[in-house]
Amino acid sequence: MGINFRQETFRDDYSFKNSPEQIRRFPFPFPEDKYMYSVNIEPHVPGLKDTVFEHLFDVDEHYISEMQDRALVLAEDPLRCQSLPHMELAGWDTLELLMTEKAKSYPDLFTLTRDGDKWHWINRPLGIDDHFTFGDSSTLPYGPLEYITRQSQGDFAVLDQRDNNLWMDAGIVTTQADWSLDFDIGMNFFEWHAPVPLAHQMGVFTRALKFLMALQQGQPSRRHNWTMTINSRLDTSPENFHKWGTDRATVTPENVGQKVHLRVEVQMFFRLPRSNALLFPIRCYLLKMDELVTSPKWARRFHRVLRDLPNELAEYKGLVRYRPTVVEWLSKYDDGAPTSAGLGPD
Amino acid sequence: MKAGSNRIEAVVTNVVAVNELVKRFHFERADGGLLPTFSGGAHIVVEMRDDEKTRLNPYSLMSTPLDTRDYRVSIRRDDVGRGGSLFMHRKVKLGDRMVISNPVNLFSLDLRAKKHLMIAGGIGITPFVAQTSQLAAGTGNFELHYAVRNDALATYADVLRERHGSRIHLYRDDHGETLDLARVLATQPLGTHLYVCGPAGMITWVRNTAAAAGWPAERVHFEHFAAPQPGRPFDVRLAVSGVEIQVGEHESLLEAIEAAGLDPPYLCRGGVCGQCETNVISHDGKFLHNDHWLSEEDRQSGCKIMPCVSRFEGKSLVLER
Ligand code: HEM
Ligand code: FES
Repeated sequence: MGINFRQETFRDDYSFKNSPEQIRRFPFPFPEDKYMYSVNIEPHVPGLKDTVFEHLFDVDEHYISEMQDRALVLAEDPLRCQSLPHMELAGWDTLELLMTEKAKSYPDLFTLTRDGDKWHWINRPLGIDDHFTFGDSSTLPYGPLEYITRQSQGDFAVLDQRDNNLWMDAGIVTTQADWSLDFDIGMNFFEWHAPVPLAHQMGVFTRALKFLMALQQGQPSRRHNWTMTINSRLDTSPENFHKWGTDRATVTPENVGQKVHLRVEVQMFFRLPRSNALLFPIRCYLLKMDELVTSPKWARRFHRVLRDLPNELAEYKGLVRYRPTVVEWLSKYDDGAPTSAGLGPD
Repeated sequence: MKAGSNRIEAVVTNVVAVNELVKRFHFERADGGLLPTFSGGAHIVVEMRDDEKTRLNPYSLMSTPLDTRDYRVSIRRDDVGRGGSLFMHRKVKLGDRMVISNPVNLFSLDLRAKKHLMIAGGIGITPFVAQTSQLAAGTGNFELHYAVRNDALATYADVLRERHGSRIHLYRDDHGETLDLARVLATQPLGTHLYVCGPAGMITWVRNTAAAAGWPAERVHFEHFAAPQPGRPFDVRLAVSGVEIQVGEHESLLEAIEAAGLDPPYLCRGGVCGQCETNVISHDGKFLHNDHWLSEEDRQSGCKIMPCVSRFEGKSLVLER
């Protein structure tokens, strides 16, 4: 079960790509041939072999390279990781959850030894071997949240729960679809969701908030979100819009296969035990159009989803400019045959 | 919603008569491991199998969150309630196997607070036992005011005093000692949060007094489990599943729905979390809303009911379940 970690980049020469095995385990998010917002929340139960849901926290072939990309982003912009003072305990909760789960899921990669509050953490892929005191930040090189999320793929928002709402009071955000932690820090569930079209009127957010506030320890949930990205850039942030925004104008029929990516976020919800905060990991997976069409079912279905996507959603997701080119390209892979039920590649 | 392992097989490892009304029960995992970590203010739901009947009652955890080898709950005997506490007091013995839930916290500390001011009445002391342990282990600043009937019923006052000394203030009814709440509120530093747990009348009094003194609602927290009330039996049609059920005198509507083989959502079973909210399709009669969840408009509309605590009297009731 050894993972073949790839050495690759998410900027400059964009050498990122997926192995055939990684393509087959891609979390394709469309259960049917069309897409609209909904309260698409389901239990996050581990165990499905050969999918990204085999373990609570998936580690894959991009792990080392994604962590290197995160370090580059943080070096340029330390505000990508923030934690308001009352969120320190939630940071320790997060560290405990990620360390115990990683060590349990991947014993050959990670080892955690606990003797009371004296902890010993070994991360073999990243060459880390640290002794520290649980609960004492001065024994770690960073705060607990930053320490462990520099070693965990995906972004993390940590929400404080109070006054019948959730508040974005801590997080680390370097692989995001055009939103900013520095802008959203301290906002509540409705405030940070304000830019989203249609979903408010559909009652998606009031219902989702009720569900999240009642979420219990030991019963994590998840949902999918998706967008598209031109070039395999993880850091599509508002802060760096000048570096990637213009890429959207570079899509041509010839380069769709390599340049255009389906970007899927597996978003999870965990109740944290000591702080009663909510942890929201947002794990991003990229798939090139050339890789997507290796599954005839995915090619047909994504063609139909993208072609029929409501304009409000296309605009919000920033796809308007290149959508026609991509739909035209995908249409060659859609013979009109019906698609089978379920998410798998067939 | 109920996937994952919400049910924990536990063994009763200790039963202690704390005083004439209160017994404490200790639970350990049947498989010997550690129980899930929790935060002060959390409760568990205890499943009670009493012959044919299953009752599920919530109880606050009162052990220290730093030690999860066991969970401890303290239960006050209620001689007129639906019998959950009587079952615990009379039937549950050392070594019994029982099923408990994961901890849920609907009464958590606001960790931004500069200081935590706690007001307890009677058995409402239990969540504060855990919260004060949690705060004392860190740098948390708190002060607890505890109103009791008399020394004999001052559950855990001795333990709390021993642990936290002068941060604990006791008021004994039979000694004519009373809590001067207005004065206590007036002397708090800026950034203090207020917490109250106790009988309904006390909660209302504390919330009103704080509001009158200008405390914003976001800084006033209360734990208010409505115990399910016994009442007259009534009939219900569950339209989605096509089942007719009768809700007996000593069971809740939620329990009757579960007894019919359905698996409806729930969390607190005390009318505060909102999870069991159920749409009413039609009704001819009157609702007895005992919850703390529905808005006044929801109640007026007659379109919603919280089956964990609320009941119905009348000719017919049809629910979307
Ligand atoms: C508490 C956890 C959550 C956090 C921290 C979160 C955060 C965010 C953020 C930062 C955005 C981007 C908004 C922008 O444009 O600036 C977003 C978008 C969105 N969120 Fe959430 N969210 C959470 C939970 C949910 C849930 C439970 C749902 C629905 C069931 C939901 C539905 C959406 C939708 C539909 C969008 C628009 C996405 C798109 O079309 O690309 N979110 N969320
Ligand atoms: S179960 Fe919580 S309100 Fe009914």
